[in-house]
Amino acid sequence: MELCGATRLGYFGRSQFYIALKLVAVAQSGFPLRVESINTVKDLPLPRFVASKNEQESRHAASYSSDSESQGSYSGVIPPPPGRGQVKKGPGSHDAVQPRPSADQQEPASPVVSPQQSPPASPHTWRKHNRHPSGGNSERPLTGPGPFWSPFGDAQSGSSAGDAVWSGHSPPPPQENWDQTTVRTVASATTANEIRRQSSSCDDPWKITDEQRQYYINQFTTIQPDLNGFIPGSAAKEFFTKSKLPILELSHIWELSDFDKDGALTLDEFCAAFHLVVARKNGYDLPEKLPESLMPKLIDLEDSADVGDQPGEVGYSGSPAEAPPSKSPSMPSLNQTWPELNQSSEQWETFSERSSSSQTLTQFDSNIAPADPDTAIVHPVPIRMTPSKIHMQEMELKRTSSDHTNPTSPLLVKTSDLSEESKINSSVKFPSGNTVADGYSSSDSFPSDPEQIGSNVTRQRSHSGASPDNTAPPPPPPRPQPSHSRSSSLDMNRTFAVTTGQQQAGVVAHPPAVPPRPQPSQAPGPSVHRPVDADGLITHTSTSPQQIPEQPNFADFSQFEVFAASNVTEEQDNEAEKHPDVLPAEKASDPAGSLRVAQTDGKIEEKTAASVPANVSKGTTPLAPPPKPVRRRLKSEDELRPDVDEHTQKTGVLAAVLASQPSIPRSVGKDKKAIQASIRRNKETNTVLARLNSELQQQLKDVLEERISLEVQLEQLRPFSHL
Amino acid sequence: MAVCIAVIAKENYPLYIRSTPTEDELKFHYMVHTSLDVVDEKISAMGKALVDQRELYLGLLYPTEDYKVYGYVTNSKVKFVMVVDSSNTALRDNEICSMFRKLHNSYTDVMCNPFYNPGDRIQSRAFDNMVTSMMIQVC
Repeated sequence: MELCGATRLGYFGRSQFYIALKLVAVAQSGFPLRVESINTVKDLPLPRFVASKNEQESRHAASYSSDSESQGSYSGVIPPPPGRGQVKKGPGSHDAVQPRPSADQQEPASPVVSPQQSPPASPHTWRKHNRHPSGGNSERPLTGPGPFWSPFGDAQSGSSAGDAVWSGHSPPPPQENWDQTTVRTVASATTANEIRRQSSSCDDPWKITDEQRQYYINQFTTIQPDLNGFIPGSAAKEFFTKSKLPILELSHIWELSDFDKDGALTLDEFCAAFHLVVARKNGYDLPEKLPESLMPKLIDLEDSADVGDQPGEVGYSGSPAEAPPSKSPSMPSLNQTWPELNQSSEQWETFSERSSSSQTLTQFDSNIAPADPDTAIVHPVPIRMTPSKIHMQEMELKRTSSDHTNPTSPLLVKTSDLSEESKINSSVKFPSGNTVADGYSSSDSFPSDPEQIGSNVTRQRSHSGASPDNTAPPPPPPRPQPSHSRSSSLDMNRTFAVTTGQQQAGVVAHPPAVPPRPQPSQAPGPSVHRPVDADGLITHTSTSPQQIPEQPNFADFSQFEVFAASNVTEEQDNEAEKHPDVLPAEKASDPAGSLRVAQTDGKIEEKTAASVPANVSKGTTPLAPPPKPVRRRLKSEDELRPDVDEHTQKTGVLAAVLASQPSIPRSVGKDKKAIQASIRRNKETNTVLARLNSELQQQLKDVLEERISLEVQLEQLRPFSHL
Repeated sequence: MAVCIAVIAKENYPLYIRSTPTEDELKFHYMVHTSLDVVDEKISAMGKALVDQRELYLGLLYPTEDYKVYGYVTNSKVKFVMVVDSSNTALRDNEICSMFRKLHNSYTDVMCNPFYNPGDRIQSRAFDNMVTSMMIQVC
């Protein structure tokens, strides 16, 4: 066995098996068991696997000494082996230490050294080892605690019996099924059974036999009566420390076997760990990655047949579909955590990073996946994969990819949801829920906020624009906006709502009885208006009365969009300025969102105050107002709902004023009618906006209170931040 | 890329430090040691008790003529310091952040191992493999 280098891989690879067979043939032919002998004896007879145990033992003993020598060299002999070093482990536990280091990895050179140290003892060990299968006695080469490990020896013997039968010097576990045909053909009935047994078992030397598994399960129950429960890490540590393996190796075994990285061992994980410990004690090298057969079978604990067939990924994906009995306890928690994950991309990322217990992960697979296969694949896979499949290459690959993808996918999902929600919310009323969502999302996706803000603004505008008119809102231009998190912040909503309202008023005013005309005027209006141009403003206002709000929303929105587009940039700039300032400070948390809101609200209030005088002045003097309304309009673009009210007021005033303004391009008669209609509409808008304003004010107060409480908490926690 | 990766414990002694063998390792050790001052400064500057992913990542600590040093601190004040070769096309901040995140994940795995005593040097093979992959991928 060691000769074949199975130890290095922890199982009988193809090359190792070939070597083993060849060695068997050599041994059976009476040649000294050397690697060279394989080469020299070109026409080795096919190994006969009829030998009884006694024969095997003797042959084994005889060949073992030579095996150890030849181990190193024969790596080159074996044709196909993928260049794996034929690392031979010393047989038996006492040899394990020596050969193990050499056995690890590589090259035949090291094994040559180590096995030679062991040869004297190895035959003895082997004999004992072989005897176990035959005798099944409790004697165990393991130099560890007696009773504790002897049962394992029995179990191990059971598995090794088959091996011993067919391979004179092959260690117990390996079960190579590849090309056993040649072997089988020459095997006798007895050996054929053994071989069949081995071939039937997947080509996995690490497979746990039933005896072994039963033994492991018994041991598991001594620690944890509930087979579906977990063994905590501390208990497992004590248990495995009894094996007298070096802590470093135990640590490695733990890393391999704790599949889901939860710090506790399920029955499956425990069996895998136990098996690894036993293998290690017997001189097998620890694999770098958990062998498939030892992977916790998420699907079925008992079914060992599936293990070998399941690649990590397959098993992984399959696991979600089935509720592994061992994982069942953890499932509920996973489900619970899943929605939690959805809520926060940051949390999600943290989760994927395994900062949370793996239990949630395991549950996630089993429970979530079935419910929503697609999302399960997307979400659960990344989450679970990272912690549990760490040892699997596939997992690692997935993990790396999932690390990238996961953060984005949930975030997108979440943000889209939030954006949806915020959009809906902002349509007419601004429920506090939106605020929450906004605040919540505000903590996320900070970088994209500026863009989102712009997009959100547009979106918000569309909605708010629609609401006053009570007409079908035009399809929001950038609908699913991941950035919504930011924009969805209360500030944004309010701002946009306000802005939109203002825009609405303006837009409403703009949509003229003659749609085409206002648009051109509208478009230039906003753009002109943008540069704080009094003329532009006048134009804008002049057109407003003409544009009856009742115009179909399409007209509103077309202009609105045009206007919004033009305004968006402005607003975006403003908001981009504001939000970035606010965001950086607060983005981390919901309170940040509320704080932001508070800040923006503060600004809003300031602007409101400023705008009020503007309105008043506007009402009085058509000319005087222009600069102020312009300013106010700018402000409204920036946010502030209150501005909307003022805006509406202004529009009403402007409407009257505009009527007198000669700059109005349209016919006066139409203007009057349009003005009256716009006045009506504006009044309606006014009431709506006033309502909104009161609601926002209330929200503002709430947010301020939250802010205060959060700041208090912050101060309380501050002393601890520097620990 | 990462020519040197170090994990520093809360008490500022190294739990794990590894450099690409081609370079003079002592120089990297010294750089990591001096960067601890910058890390502490940044930690104290962060008054918040709330820590999120962004705050864990400290960003570029300081650049030298050949290297840039990035820092990352965990909630338990375990610091990760990464020295990156400046000659490489400037790594985006996101990439550095993701590398730190992977480091953090692996470190968490090591911590979860009951056989690992906090404060010991990290000898986990899985952790080593992960660090090697990070150091090689860029190189």
